[in-house]
Amino acid sequence: MNLFRRTFVTTACALALAGPGLAQAQAIKIAGLYELSGAGATSGTNFKDGVALAVKEINAAGGIMGKQIEHSISDTQSNPGVAKGLTTKAVDDNVIAIMGPVFSGSIMVSMAESRRAEVPNIVGGEAAAITKQGNPYVFRTSFTQETAMPKVARYLANNLKAKNVAVIFVNNDFGKGGRDAITKALTDVGIKVIADISTESGQIDFSAPVLKAKGANADALFAYTNEEESARLLRELRKQGYNKPVVGETTLTGQKVIELAGDSANGAVGHVGLTVDAPNPLMLKFKAKFYQEYKYFCDHNGIKGYTGVYMLKAAIEKAGKLDRKAIATALHGLKLTAAKTPGVILDVAIDDKGDLDRESYLVEVKGGKQEVKEVLPALGQK
Amino acid sequence: MTDFFQLVFSGMATGSIYALAALGFTLLWQASGTINFAQGEFVMLPAFVMLAFATFGAPMPVAFALTCVVAVAILGWAFKRGIADPLLRFGLMPIVVATIGLAIAARNGIRAGYSAEAHPFPSLFADKLFNIAGVTITLADVGTLVFALLLVVGTQAFLARTVTGRAMQAVAQNTESATVLGINVPRMIFYTFAINAVLACAAALLVTPTYLAKFDMGESLGTKAFFAAIIGGFNNSRGALLGGIIVGVSENLAAAYISPAYKDAVALVIFMVVILFKPQGLLGKKVERKV
Repeated sequence: MNLFRRTFVTTACALALAGPGLAQAQAIKIAGLYELSGAGATSGTNFKDGVALAVKEINAAGGIMGKQIEHSISDTQSNPGVAKGLTTKAVDDNVIAIMGPVFSGSIMVSMAESRRAEVPNIVGGEAAAITKQGNPYVFRTSFTQETAMPKVARYLANNLKAKNVAVIFVNNDFGKGGRDAITKALTDVGIKVIADISTESGQIDFSAPVLKAKGANADALFAYTNEEESARLLRELRKQGYNKPVVGETTLTGQKVIELAGDSANGAVGHVGLTVDAPNPLMLKFKAKFYQEYKYFCDHNGIKGYTGVYMLKAAIEKAGKLDRKAIATALHGLKLTAAKTPGVILDVAIDDKGDLDRESYLVEVKGGKQEVKEVLPALGQK
Repeated sequence: MTDFFQLVFSGMATGSIYALAALGFTLLWQASGTINFAQGEFVMLPAFVMLAFATFGAPMPVAFALTCVVAVAILGWAFKRGIADPLLRFGLMPIVVATIGLAIAARNGIRAGYSAEAHPFPSLFADKLFNIAGVTITLADVGTLVFALLLVVGTQAFLARTVTGRAMQAVAQNTESATVLGINVPRMIFYTFAINAVLACAAALLVTPTYLAKFDMGESLGTKAFFAAIIGGFNNSRGALLGGIIVGVSENLAAAYISPAYKDAVALVIFMVVILFKPQGLLGKKVERKV
């Protein structure tokens, strides 16, 4: 070959090899694994819409470190096996971070993959076990049950002055984890659990559990079941004239439960980590923005997705480079204030296990709406 | 002791719903030899249709009437012509498999085509509570029980006292003789399917306020109805009522006195015991195999 052709071919090869590298330098790839069908459809869709809104905002403002975010969306079908496969695919696609899944069952499986590939994985699950495995690459967007329950226990002890409590829980990973966490938290504040009543997922008739709760005659009832079951439980409690305080966590006072239980939901008190009805100007702005974009009011999962992206952005900027290990290290111990990073809406601190510490709310259902009764400070603030 | 009565009464209300679905089962079997494993979905579909009519502004009674018409057309006539008629001549298994497939299709059709979430359903009865000797009873419980009883008794009266009803019984007992006697057998069989569709609509109206309209509400309902029908006697309408009440009450008692985890197992255990010792059901009559 003559010199000209050799140079041409060499340059062409060099460009071809550098091509993908150049392309990658143009965009920050984030893979989204969401429950868009199956049992988790509501949660996954809300979470995805929150993420998409944040990505849109960040890209409009110039992206992260000048680069646009490329957000790919996949459906885990609420199936842990599918979630695992999608995680592997995302890893093969060379993404910077993975957002989701939301369902704890899927997360337990997919986070093993993201750990192996050393990709930061920001999830929406709440089961305590997620951050107990020593996985340095998993980060939450909501409280673990172990952070939430002490707050509920504090409320029961200080505000309701309860000496003993009856616990009704659903017999699955979510419910059992919650029951273990609340039992421990209550014991820590000196309250006795005098009734431990299990119910089944999908249970229709709650007359037996409610009878047991009434018979125990505790000062208050802590109810921890999924959304539909919470609605049926509330109806049965009202039907049987249960007049002690009913307290829950996240699920009991959710918008869906209020819709399904109707008047029976009034008076129920719940601890929620995130609610669009929080008396916080940034939250209300977010609520309006979300509604304008998607024409519905999101639940806590939408807030999780939105704030998760901003947490990631802050970590990337702190790390200063698109290196996954550096980003993960930056996320641990990160403290973000809403004043400097309005995208996180509430001040948040991420600890070395991937758990969050944040203020939260005590809401009471009044007239078919969630009304924030009290703002509970972050545990680190006491 | 009041706890016991509370549980029994709640159980009777739930049981009467199972009885309605079970009644449809037994009628279909008696009149046409069809075993319909989609019976639960036959209750779920009218629930959604009623919700659809309600969102278009129809008041509940109107929505119910319209749904009955739609149900008779689709769950009655279309089901009969589309599935029962072509497959019956090949024996029982094809029909069983076809209805199982129909159930899966209906469930997933609603789940994917409409919504995977639960929806509230307005109750027919006002939200009133009575307290009788320490037992709390809702108007809905009493109303459901009374309504279901009326329907079962009414269906029985129709079958026993009217000409059409007796013609339907004749078809059930001996199809060939009925044809020879000039009874329009296909039409009588259609009436059976139509009655089943209306009973399913009524069950939907009564049960959905508690169950909440969801694509899988038919699954457990259909299975319990099947057990109730077998326990009570597959060839006896009153057996369906008895079977339903037995299943409903024992479930509640088991949940309270044994363990909530074994709630669903109770119906199954009673079912197995009945099949072992009295296969024709508690009120059923032994049927000789027709040759």
